[in-house]
Amino acid sequence: MNTVLTHKVLTYKILRESKSMLGQLIAIALVIAAGVMVLVISVSTRQSIEQSQQHFYQQYHFADVFVEVTRAPDDLIRTIRQLPGVNVAETRIRAGARFQLEGPVNGFSNRFADVGSKSFAEPIQGEIISLPERSPELLNRLHYLVGGPPQLGSQLEVVVSAPFAHAHQLSVGDSISAVLNGRLQRLTISGVALSPEYIYQLSPNSILPDYERFGVFWMNRQALASAFDMDGAFNSLSVTVQHNASRDDVMLQLDNILRRYGSRGSYDRHEQISHRFISEELSQLRVMAIVLPTIFIGVAAFLLQVLLTRVIHTQKQSIALLKAFGYSSWQIIRHYLQLTNIILVLGIGGGIALGLLVAEPMAQMYAMYFHFPEFLFALQRDALVTAILITSAVGYAATIRATAHAANMAPAEAMRPPTPARYQRTWLDHPRIAHWWQQPTRIMLRNIRRHPWRASVSVVGIGLSGGLLLLGSYQFNAIDHMLDQQYRQHYRMDLEVTFNQERPQHSLSTLRAIPGVSYVEGFRQVPVILTHERKQWRLALHGLPRESRLRQVGTSSQPLPTAGVVLSRYLADDLSIQPGENVSVTLLDGRQQSLTLTVAAVIDEPMGLGLYMDFDHLNRLLLADQTVTGAWLLVEPDRQAEVFRQLQAMPAVASIGQISRAEAEIRTYINNTVLGVMTVMFLLAGSMTFAVVYNNARIMFAERARELASLRVLGFKKSEVAYILFGELGILVVLAIPLAWAIGVTFAWLLTTAMSMDLFRIPFVLSPISFAISALGVLLAAALSMLLMLRRVWQLDMIQALKTE
Amino acid sequence: MVEDKSSQAVIFSARALTKTYLMGEVEIHALRGVDIDLYAGEFVVLLGASGSGKSTLFNILGGLDSATSGDVRYQNRLLTGISDRELTLFRRSHVGFVFQFYNLIPSLTARENIAIVTEIADNPMTPEEALERVGLGNRLDHLPAQLSGGEQQRVAIARAIAKRPAVLLCDEPTGALDSKTGIRVLEVLQQINQELGTTTAVITHNEVIGEMADRIIRLSDGKIASIHGNAQRKAPKELFW
Ligand SMILES: Nc1ncnc2c1ncn2[C@@H]1O[C@H](COP(=O)(O)OP(=O)(O)OP(=O)(O)O)[C@@H](O)[C@H]1O
Ligand SMILES: [Mg+2]
Repeated sequence: MNTVLTHKVLTYKILRESKSMLGQLIAIALVIAAGVMVLVISVSTRQSIEQSQQHFYQQYHFADVFVEVTRAPDDLIRTIRQLPGVNVAETRIRAGARFQLEGPVNGFSNRFADVGSKSFAEPIQGEIISLPERSPELLNRLHYLVGGPPQLGSQLEVVVSAPFAHAHQLSVGDSISAVLNGRLQRLTISGVALSPEYIYQLSPNSILPDYERFGVFWMNRQALASAFDMDGAFNSLSVTVQHNASRDDVMLQLDNILRRYGSRGSYDRHEQISHRFISEELSQLRVMAIVLPTIFIGVAAFLLQVLLTRVIHTQKQSIALLKAFGYSSWQIIRHYLQLTNIILVLGIGGGIALGLLVAEPMAQMYAMYFHFPEFLFALQRDALVTAILITSAVGYAATIRATAHAANMAPAEAMRPPTPARYQRTWLDHPRIAHWWQQPTRIMLRNIRRHPWRASVSVVGIGLSGGLLLLGSYQFNAIDHMLDQQYRQHYRMDLEVTFNQERPQHSLSTLRAIPGVSYVEGFRQVPVILTHERKQWRLALHGLPRESRLRQVGTSSQPLPTAGVVLSRYLADDLSIQPGENVSVTLLDGRQQSLTLTVAAVIDEPMGLGLYMDFDHLNRLLLADQTVTGAWLLVEPDRQAEVFRQLQAMPAVASIGQISRAEAEIRTYINNTVLGVMTVMFLLAGSMTFAVVYNNARIMFAERARELASLRVLGFKKSEVAYILFGELGILVVLAIPLAWAIGVTFAWLLTTAMSMDLFRIPFVLSPISFAISALGVLLAAALSMLLMLRRVWQLDMIQALKTE
Repeated sequence: MVEDKSSQAVIFSARALTKTYLMGEVEIHALRGVDIDLYAGEFVVLLGASGSGKSTLFNILGGLDSATSGDVRYQNRLLTGISDRELTLFRRSHVGFVFQFYNLIPSLTARENIAIVTEIADNPMTPEEALERVGLGNRLDHLPAQLSGGEQQRVAIARAIAKRPAVLLCDEPTGALDSKTGIRVLEVLQQINQELGTTTAVITHNEVIGEMADRIIRLSDGKIASIHGNAQRKAPKELFW
């Protein structure tokens, strides 16, 4: 009975006290809520994507290993199926093709008049894949959203990928023209489908999806075989590996068998484009799920500890009293843990509620570029439990640390007045100098100096949150900088044209002759495998003019070295290779030639995986006369449309890339994903800064209230009293700003390192704006806190302060 | 009952002073119509049971609190109803306070605790002089934590008188001190009262202290119960409790 009563009283005590510091409790809870919310969102987004992906892979038999060959006989499949470790193997024909969404077949004349049919002026690059005729696909099966596979024996029916169909609002029965191996054919759409191979639908040479200009198409095997001269042959193989078998062994055997058929080398899912992009996205989310909540919850723990340390400090005598009454240390700790409970319930509850509210839309937005038959949103109970456990553990640890000391103190010791502060004369007290300070200033300065530890804790707290602000704005600026660098410095061309096969360099004169084209530069791109020690990368080797005017490699405009390759730092680091060392380059253009080349230089590039060499040098190595696979063009701005039309009419042109459009697209992509998340984070950092500063101001006020009230009694004006309090806060804030910068730069560096991926690497560039935003944010938070505190200073209860010691 | 003091100037006069605190539904009447005059240069002791309204009356006289109704005049200037800013200026130049718990600024030395007042006053004495008057001329640069309770209280008195206030209001100045130290503090108060002519009012629970006063005012339940003159003022040294 008795204990129940006393506990009730203690609960009243805590409730009453929390009411008086509600603002601070909410501020800390807010920071916790932010961390929990980010954790819930990023974990459930990651798991939703992963589950949807796994589900799709399993249901539609996504292959484990892929091989592209030049041409191999169909019978080979029997040998392949018998290889140890091979589970299912399937051959197919796969080719690049150009498509047009024009009404008439023979030109572009009446495309504006032809309102009825779907029309799209620009050429469409496509990947076309064969479907087995008599049975459904064994591997990489299609999921039909509308319609179905082409009729048996049909030569003119096609299945189109869903993103492409949606971009052009195509459906079953619509028609599309295709240039298959140079022959124009009009095809009818029999179905719209999704494939586990194209969850992220990307054309081979770009890093961003373009659903309007790139599509995936499927036709009957026979139709493709006749179009591409592949009767009784295949050029693409998909394999699944038995559970207990070694994938590497299977790949090795496949390489051995297929080498003489022009194999480009077998590769597994990790090098499959769609799979790789999803994996990158998932690892980014993993970083986010760890880094951001850690920062937020860490800061919250810090705030909690500071708050409790100070609350307990002011209640030292009450604690001593409780101990004198016979309360145990643990009972006292438990008493203060209730305060933590309130904060945790508010913070975790709020965070989970917010997380639940936005997790699904956020996950959907994140998965916008991933095409699953069904998006399995999974709100992970694990994520919630993890959030609750970790946050509570950190919160309790912080509380116990703060409480234990006071709780373990002997009652008599706690009753004693605090030991006199050590008083030292410093140069600030020299009569000459002291003369400069008004008394309020002297009080202010001495308060700071008297509790250097407490002052530094405040400075660190404000510094941490200001650092987060810098991190938030750093993202915006760094990404912006990255895009500027890419599109103002590295890519200076207006158009990039690729040919459907190698062409002699002198054929570029045809392009130069197009009216409106002011400058043309040819380049050569060869698919290669880059190997160093045990690591390898599958990518494109770019041969470009040594002193290219349109494509700058690296940050300086130095010409390419005459011999050897240049590679981007990300690659060099991954392969752990240095300039001067040798790297093995296997050409995958059917030649199967392996070259050993010296790394001439390593360059910094924000996007993609670059491997470059001098165009002439490359051609010499390949024993080819000046051959190009594409060209870069400068075009007079007002004649773009005309140039476009001319290029489209050329059968040799496989694709036309518009660089400004690519830039616009990548900016949209980044806005939709990274920046969305970063904006949220920026807002969170802002509110956290406020929470930290406000908390500090409140605690400082609580500590000084008596002193300030005494000053009011002595005839000091409210403004003078406010000056002492706010001056102290102001000094701490000003000291915290450089620290915030230092912490922010460190955070930025850590995040940049953690988020460095194949797709793009956020450069470590800090703009003055980031520093300014961080400082301004902290100052704004301080100003806002002061404004809120002003009421308290104005209503300072003089009498109350005099009653008690 | 009331002695004739009309020969001396009235410094403070309160008329029909009431103070009501509202605690939720309940009204607490701390003062229920107090009429009182304080004369220039006199030494008054205010006695009364705990909760009788002594501190409330002082706080209103000294401009720390405002009355619910009634008038307070200081040298014929009405204090009730003036702005907070004017009250601050009034405290700054005319009233000295001494409290039971000293209320020194812990981060300032004895000298600075006084300077904090002299810097904003019109015609103050130097902090050194003020400390000399309370017998602490040799403890100028000590922090409050380095002084005993009685010494801290004397610093508080020095701080209160350094601006040469017309009135010194002391709320239980000896409440936290032993009798010997308390008497030392009272000596200082009496000495200030005599040397500077500062009107001094002391709240206490200690009847004995009344023997050193010109007048003893008793408060009971928010009203003046009685006012006695003291024909024979005792010196603090003669007091014993
Ligand atoms: N802020 C307040 N809110 C409500 N009631 C108050 C407040 N301050 C004082 N009182 C009440 O007013 C009455 C007078 O209080 P006051 O402090 O003037 O008494 P006092 O005579 O100084 O007592 P003590 O000798 O114990 O100091 C008391 O009943 C007290 O409870
Ligand atoms: Mg009192």
